[in-house]
Amino acid sequence: MSSIGTGYDLSASTFSPDGRVFQVEYAMKAVENSSTAIAIRCKDGVVFGVEKLVLSKLYEEGSNKRIFNIDRHVGMAVAGLLADARSLSEVAREESSNFRMNYGHDIPLKHLSDRVAMYVHAYTLYSAVRPFGCSFILGSYDKDDGPQLYMVDPSGISYMKDMTCRELVKEVAKIIYIVHDEVKDKAFELELSWVGEVTNGRHVLVPKDVREEAEKFAKDSLEEEDDSDEDNM
Amino acid sequence: MERRCTGSEVKGVSTGTTILAAIYDGGVVIGSDSRASIGGEYVSSKTINKVIQVHDRIFCCMSGSLADAQAVTKAAKFQLSFHSVQMERPPLVIAAATIMKELCYKNKEDLQAGFITAGWDHRHGPQVYVVSLGGMLVSQPVTIGGSGSTYIYGYVDAKYKPNMSREECLQFATNALALAMGRDNVSGGVAHLAVISETGVEHVVVPGNKLPRFNHE
Repeated sequence: MSSIGTGYDLSASTFSPDGRVFQVEYAMKAVENSSTAIAIRCKDGVVFGVEKLVLSKLYEEGSNKRIFNIDRHVGMAVAGLLADARSLSEVAREESSNFRMNYGHDIPLKHLSDRVAMYVHAYTLYSAVRPFGCSFILGSYDKDDGPQLYMVDPSGISYMKDMTCRELVKEVAKIIYIVHDEVKDKAFELELSWVGEVTNGRHVLVPKDVREEAEKFAKDSLEEEDDSDEDNM
Repeated sequence: MERRCTGSEVKGVSTGTTILAAIYDGGVVIGSDSRASIGGEYVSSKTINKVIQVHDRIFCCMSGSLADAQAVTKAAKFQLSFHSVQMERPPLVIAAATIMKELCYKNKEDLQAGFITAGWDHRHGPQVYVVSLGGMLVSQPVTIGGSGSTYIYGYVDAKYKPNMSREECLQFATNALALAMGRDNVSGGVAHLAVISETGVEHVVVPGNKLPRFNHE
């Protein structure tokens, strides 16, 4: 689907006659073209998984991370332009830090999500700047509010988005492996992180042994599906 | 301690005062006397309220310069209500105490006021925080402040027990205020008390002549 802006798409401060801001829609395309990031909420935590495309064999393993730590209890997985995402992760970190300084406790996820979404939205109002070309998923876990998940897209809207964490890690790995298109993009590195009861409310990368187990599970289930029934593909 | 000399060091109306707060099993009692004086020589108000409600379940007691204390509590009350609306839930007591602390610390050159913040929230239950003159923030199960507090440290140390019942704690607080008001010349009037718990807030006012008496003269 290609909608031609024809003159109404040159700046974010212009509406089209049918009420669209094309620059924001083009920004969302940057997200659509990026590789997959998912986050799933289970009853005792949240697991993040990113299909990190490896553009060159010269890159070290673990470089160009797409999962960020925002304060101790919040994780952020991104899709879209990585540079834009990095800048927004800094914004999110500052918001969390300022909140803690002003109010003495961890920032609630909804509030953080609203604040970052407001920031993203501000960049859709002026012609002097361009909208952020990334969407991101924020997740956290705390004993009172449990696991929570929010997503923010380039237009600046935030949405709320429900296995235990351990089982879920394997499923997330499997989804990423399934979604990865062997033909289009050759090599990828699976980035996994989690926050939940299993980590005492801290957002951390999944430990190496758990990740390897999850990757093995994912690869094995893909082979099973290949072997079992050709029609299912 | 707010020991103040007369003369140029005094900033207008001062609350030579006694304030306290104590946690009991299920809630917190916060209280103060009601005397405001100028320079320790003249009682400018016999019935001033030093226990200010900053949110549904959070109260603050003021000590030091009354003008400074009122300005800070009013600013804190505004910030807290805005914060609570943004959070879409009642604020935590630590949030109220941190707001007061930031105001006191950032403006420490110009202010001369100390506070006790006490309340109940859904996450940590009953809590008491002290924000002292320079902006230090500390959490304690029981605390006393103001010029009158020097006379009751012994009583509080001896008589406070954690997990008291509501009635025991109320009696403890009333006794403590009565003893302080009996000895400190710049504390007096009535005893204002507020009992805060999950279910609500109860205000108790004990007039001067109904306060417990300890001296058998």
